[in-house]
Amino acid sequence: MQYETVIGLEVHVQLSTESKLFSGSATKFGAEPNTQANIFDLAMPGTLPVLNGKAVAMAVKFGVAIGAEIGKHSVFDRKNYFYPDLPKGYQVSQLDYPTVGKGTLTVTLDDGSEKVIGVTRAHMEEDAGKSLHEDYQGMTGIDLNRAGTPLLEIVSEPDLRSAKEAVAYLKKLHSIIRYLDISDAIMAQGSMRCDANVSIRPVGQEEFGTRTEIKNINSFKFVERAINYEVQRQKDVLEDGGRIVQETRLYDADKDETRSMRSKEVANDYRYFPEPDLLPIVIDDAYIEAIRATLPELPDTRGARFVSEYGLSEYDAGVLVATREMADYFETTAKLSGDAKLAANWVSQDLQALLNKHGWELDESPIQAERLAMLIQRIKDNTISGKIAKTVFDAMLDDSSDVDAIIEAKGLKQVTDSGALESLVDKVIAENPDQAQQYRDGKVQVIGFLVGQCMQLSKGKANPAQVNEILRGKLS
Amino acid sequence: MIEKTVAELSAALAAGETTSVALTQAYLDQIAAHNETLNAYITVCADSALAQARAADEARAAGSTAPLLGIPIAHKDLFCTEGVKTTSGSKILHNFISPYDATVVERMQAAGAVMLGKTNMDEFAMGSSNESSYYGAARNPWNLDRVPGGSSGGSAAAVAADLCAMATGTDTGGSIRQPAAFCGITGLKPSYGRVSRWGMIAYASSLDQAGPLCKTAEDAAILLNVMAGVDDKDSTSIDLPTEDFSAALNDSLEGLRIGLPKQHFAEGLNPAIDRAIRSAVAELEKLGAVVKEIDLPNSDLAISAYYVIAPAEASANLSRFDGVRYGYRCENPVDLEDMYKRSRSEGFGEEVKRRIMIGTYALSAGFYDAYYRKAQKIRRLVKEDYARAFEEVDVIIGPTTPSPAFELDSMKDSVTMYLEDIYTIALNLAGLPGMSVPAGFVDGLPIGMQIVAKDYAEAKLLNVAHQFQQVTDWHKQKPALSTAAKTKEA
Amino acid sequence: MALTKTEVEKIAHLARLHVTDTEAEEVAKGVSDILGLIDKMQSIDTDNVEPLAHPFDAVQKLRPDAVTETDRRDELQKLAPQSQDGLFLVPKVIE
Repeated sequence: MQYETVIGLEVHVQLSTESKLFSGSATKFGAEPNTQANIFDLAMPGTLPVLNGKAVAMAVKFGVAIGAEIGKHSVFDRKNYFYPDLPKGYQVSQLDYPTVGKGTLTVTLDDGSEKVIGVTRAHMEEDAGKSLHEDYQGMTGIDLNRAGTPLLEIVSEPDLRSAKEAVAYLKKLHSIIRYLDISDAIMAQGSMRCDANVSIRPVGQEEFGTRTEIKNINSFKFVERAINYEVQRQKDVLEDGGRIVQETRLYDADKDETRSMRSKEVANDYRYFPEPDLLPIVIDDAYIEAIRATLPELPDTRGARFVSEYGLSEYDAGVLVATREMADYFETTAKLSGDAKLAANWVSQDLQALLNKHGWELDESPIQAERLAMLIQRIKDNTISGKIAKTVFDAMLDDSSDVDAIIEAKGLKQVTDSGALESLVDKVIAENPDQAQQYRDGKVQVIGFLVGQCMQLSKGKANPAQVNEILRGKLS
Repeated sequence: MIEKTVAELSAALAAGETTSVALTQAYLDQIAAHNETLNAYITVCADSALAQARAADEARAAGSTAPLLGIPIAHKDLFCTEGVKTTSGSKILHNFISPYDATVVERMQAAGAVMLGKTNMDEFAMGSSNESSYYGAARNPWNLDRVPGGSSGGSAAAVAADLCAMATGTDTGGSIRQPAAFCGITGLKPSYGRVSRWGMIAYASSLDQAGPLCKTAEDAAILLNVMAGVDDKDSTSIDLPTEDFSAALNDSLEGLRIGLPKQHFAEGLNPAIDRAIRSAVAELEKLGAVVKEIDLPNSDLAISAYYVIAPAEASANLSRFDGVRYGYRCENPVDLEDMYKRSRSEGFGEEVKRRIMIGTYALSAGFYDAYYRKAQKIRRLVKEDYARAFEEVDVIIGPTTPSPAFELDSMKDSVTMYLEDIYTIALNLAGLPGMSVPAGFVDGLPIGMQIVAKDYAEAKLLNVAHQFQQVTDWHKQKPALSTAAKTKEA
Repeated sequence: MALTKTEVEKIAHLARLHVTDTEAEEVAKGVSDILGLIDKMQSIDTDNVEPLAHPFDAVQKLRPDAVTETDRRDELQKLAPQSQDGLFLVPKVIE
């Protein structure tokens, strides 16, 4: 039977505030255990929450960016359950009245087509602490530094139809969040986390199949693998005549499989009710408009501008705007070098290849936009050829001096002195009498070979256009 | 000297008739003499109290005129006090030394008050008799076989028996007003949001409110002046213009419109209390007040709604007591679940567990609408009843309790006990301010008159109560302590 | 409305309270009595009434995003039943 996959994602993003959602404790990553947990974070008796306005502003910023309805009257609720990393015995979240309501996200699929994915809601809540299961006298250690860090939980509609679509959605979400600068959104550090609700149904069937929720997926790559594994597992179950059990499953990246977390399934009843220690958050139009005014240019708009302003192809523009950093890098390079197309090629090809090869983030690259722009300028002013530029680019990796110094030191400057070039051409004609004759006989395409010989002889430093001209003059 | 009011003590200290050290020592002596019988304090801080008293005397010598300078206070044991054990009347906090001060404690300290210690209370403020305290029931100074009321029973007993000059309490369903009535003192529950809840161990967050227990309405005004005010640490505290609650104490009651809710003078009310309250109201009429009967049709339902909302909020508020970060942990837990269940079951008393169970049930899947949501709707109806009444009257007056202080161990089931709060509970649902002032005696036991005003109209309440106390002397009556102690021995 | 023993056990588990078999019946009775009191609410029609969560119509205040707390770990952990290396210790979670 042919099955269709149905996926919805629940993405938790840690908002990058300085202090926690309800207390003045710091939120820095990697601090010594429990040094960022104050009396409220430890749920000392009598302590009360006070809401961080920046977290609200960030949530609203996200909402405005995805064209969502903003809750004018949003309410915090208590979600009750016991766990040692949840100090109050309830998590403060938003159930019925989230700050961000329905919105949409447009993703570009592999075939270049676009698909609009619905975002059901995004609500604010507190993060939990961490349980460390290493052996402390046979016990579990609890670190509450993370407890109370503001989270935005972004819930998608079940609009995704494949693991690839899920990844495309997640990447787009990541991109927008980074553009908005509301979270580091680093999956490996847990500042962005993804749970996937996955089900399958026979093609043509309207009704959704029973879904499972996959937790603990901490990279884009694993999102794809975990979903693919789970889809196959569900198919196998159905083909064998079994039925899917609605449950939470954990993704194990080492084994590349999902497995049931049966112990967590014991009748969870969260007993949500409105948090009486907090009042409704009232957001008016003026507030929303003030936030809207702070929105940066978002990837879709920026991509369109790259096409119109710099004459890039839609594909190149799409690649360049994928992250705010990459787009900024490109624009700086384009402006400084005065050649947007060359800049686009260098950034999307050479630079991208370099980052991939070393696994670098953009800000780790030894070649920053200013130096790349200088390199491009030297191509444009004929100081070096495009080919030599690749050599210079490689040299720039280990040498932080400026581009001109590298070209000079390595003697890579293009030879434009006509005397030197003429003797070079004479030498090539003398060494290749047959080809020279063929040209004279009218087989003009052979000129390419002769130019190539000149370039080789000059180790690429000869100016190819000048060589071409001199050759034609001497052979005519 | 210890029988004096806060206003009188302030004057005496200012005039140099006594010192804070002498005064503090006098209260400590009274505590030493009677606390064993009354069990009003869980913790007495003799040394730090005397040190604070010395500091107060020095500050006075240096020119300080802080409003409560050098006057000894007792705090209900659910106000967190830095470096001092804070138990909320529970075994689960038997070893909890608070790492911080409640805002109320901080303000009292800033006003110069000297902290004598922490008073007994029903466990987590759940009760109307003080009997649910892990530290044993406090006794009523008027009759040691009787309860002092609850949950602020220790504070009320301490004020009544001069074991302090003034005390703090909290009121979630009547926990300031009912013990004030039972012990023959003055108690004020301010409007919800008037006083910060930061550092006040929560029972039911949307109902809890701190207030003073003291000897007169004049004192209550002085104390409210210190306690009240918005606090950045409590999102539910209300930002209102600063007000001098003493300013209107002497306003005339000419033309004051008093409403008597017919539901508060109905079946279930002790007839002697009925008579006492009606004659108290007659005193107010003599001062120019006009009286009419009013209708609070949803009165009966208030108690039902309360016993959903309060336990529901409590069930979550008390989840933090889990034996992980502070407080009681059971011996040798075999696993996490065992640790949770035994720490909590051994750490909490029966009434607390019962209310956690009720609250958990009311919030559980399938019951939320029928219980919690329904209760919140009733809550609105109750509030609307009062709003309607206040279109016609300025204050609402009635008995604080249906009967005088009952005997220890006499309430055999929870529901009977709950009905003791029938006149007080609606105010917490509606967030309104209310007071109890002494209004007579029944069977040798003091009884209280409850005065209710509209939102934030504490000044009006205090005005009415103060004028009443100018023409009556119920609030000046004192329990015969040594006699009471002898009765117990015999 | 009377609670069954199974319901008592379920509720007790949600609240992480330990109820023995012998206690269950008593707890069921205690809770059922209170539910009797509560159930009076059902006699009144509240279809058109909005629930009231807070006594007054007030709006949440917002705090500036500033770190105002300092590290008090060592002092605070003295209150803990068990701790080591800056961590609170709890019995192993049995998965």
